[in-house]
Amino acid sequence: MIEVEGLYKEFNKVPVLKGVTTTFEKGKTSMIIGQSGSGKTVFLKCLLGLHVPEKGIISFDGRKQSELDIKAKRQLRKEMGMVFQGGALYDSLTVEENIMFPLKMFTKDSKGEMQKRVDFVLDRVNLENANKKFPSEISGGMQKRVAIARAIVMNPKYLFCDEPNSGLDPNTATVIDNLIQEITKEYNITTVINSHDMNSVMEIGEKIVFLKDGVKAWEGSNKEIFKTENEAIVNFVYSSNLFKKVREVYLNEKKY
Amino acid sequence: MNYIEHIGKYFIMLKQVFKKPQKWSVFRETLFREIEDLGLKSLGIIMFISFFVGGVVAIQTALNVDSPFIPKYLIGFATKRSMILEFAPTFMSVILAGKVGSYISSSIGTMRVTEQIDALEVMGINSLNYLVLPKIVATLFFYPLLISLAMFLGIYGGYVAGLLTGRYFTEDYIYGIQLDFDPYFVKYALIKTVVFAFVIATIPAYHGYYVKGGSLEVGRASTQAVVWTSVVIILLNYFLTQMLLG
Repeated sequence: MIEVEGLYKEFNKVPVLKGVTTTFEKGKTSMIIGQSGSGKTVFLKCLLGLHVPEKGIISFDGRKQSELDIKAKRQLRKEMGMVFQGGALYDSLTVEENIMFPLKMFTKDSKGEMQKRVDFVLDRVNLENANKKFPSEISGGMQKRVAIARAIVMNPKYLFCDEPNSGLDPNTATVIDNLIQEITKEYNITTVINSHDMNSVMEIGEKIVFLKDGVKAWEGSNKEIFKTENEAIVNFVYSSNLFKKVREVYLNEKKY
Repeated sequence: MNYIEHIGKYFIMLKQVFKKPQKWSVFRETLFREIEDLGLKSLGIIMFISFFVGGVVAIQTALNVDSPFIPKYLIGFATKRSMILEFAPTFMSVILAGKVGSYISSSIGTMRVTEQIDALEVMGINSLNYLVLPKIVATLFFYPLLISLAMFLGIYGGYVAGLLTGRYFTEDYIYGIQLDFDPYFVKYALIKTVVFAFVIATIPAYHGYYVKGGSLEVGRASTQAVVWTSVVIILLNYFLTQMLLG
């Protein structure tokens, strides 16, 4: 479980996060949504420890991030898996080497054991026959799968995804969403996803945190999002005509 | 940011770089890859340039010492001295600053803008130590070999130029290169090479690591890295020459 309390972050004296408080539960896919510039990425980077917040507390199963020494911080980071927006795969390494990298770095496993684990996670993300290929030789969807495989290879307790569907076609995006949700349930991981994609939000957002101008403007689940009267979230979610229609149908059904 | 801030940030970066590698087996693997990328792949250009520079120095000297009062062995002597003292260590280092410096800066810069460095940090890896230390060790180990080869090939280039142009006798040339040989000059050249190798590995790494933005900024950082590496090499050459030979 990740608990965030009064998270405040500024850059050059311009506040980006203005005291965000929320929690992310184990075994659930939580999503952070909001317009571009609302502070989503900064929020995620604060959770990852890539940005140090000016104020606020972030605790991972009771361990306060700001109170950890370097060794404990390193240990905490080993418990995290991250899927970056562009995949962030190492160009000079093959798919297999990319996934094996954290194992090589942090375990004393033999080559055979590492290979077994790599094959297992590649199979888990439904990626076959790509082991020896370089990231530049595979499609965007495959790169995302490799990034997910690399993120889960160390059995993380916490999984973070920054726009995992950006640049993917709707079919592949759904496959990636379902994969993340399955993995979350299967390994009982605390998953936090940063997304713009409303299809994903509706599909797998068991908890949704809506950020607006660095403030938490709304939180709830994908089921509650239809019922809410919160103007900020309604304006954001239903800016698309398709979702406007979906909401109308939903509300009409409720009426009768 | 002013120059003082950059210098301070550079030394703070070095403090992170010089830490014990997190896993020696991974470090060894990376080191061999860097030796190949930064050293072996520069072999061709260094061999080519040093051979022809040596030839040109010998021909130029021959053209300028046509007085009968100046002995012809001076051509070999001057070529040897020029190659060992300056052309091999300094000139070749400036060339390496262009070739290797731009490679280091752009590869690390691209890793930065594509979040590969963030990915390392999230995993709990000291990214500076992982990315830069193998480069420093590779250049410190390999460049003295590369520059020694450049010295030899430059002098040999002078010999071949004599053979091909017929402007001087090769016997005179060989006598000239053997005359008044001081091993300290080679030591001086290698000390300079080690210092320049460190500069070639670290300044471009600094420019690449702290780049912000996209591909345009990576390109700019790469250009800046080459310019600053060359400037620092030339300045250090000035001070080292005075300190070691003065």
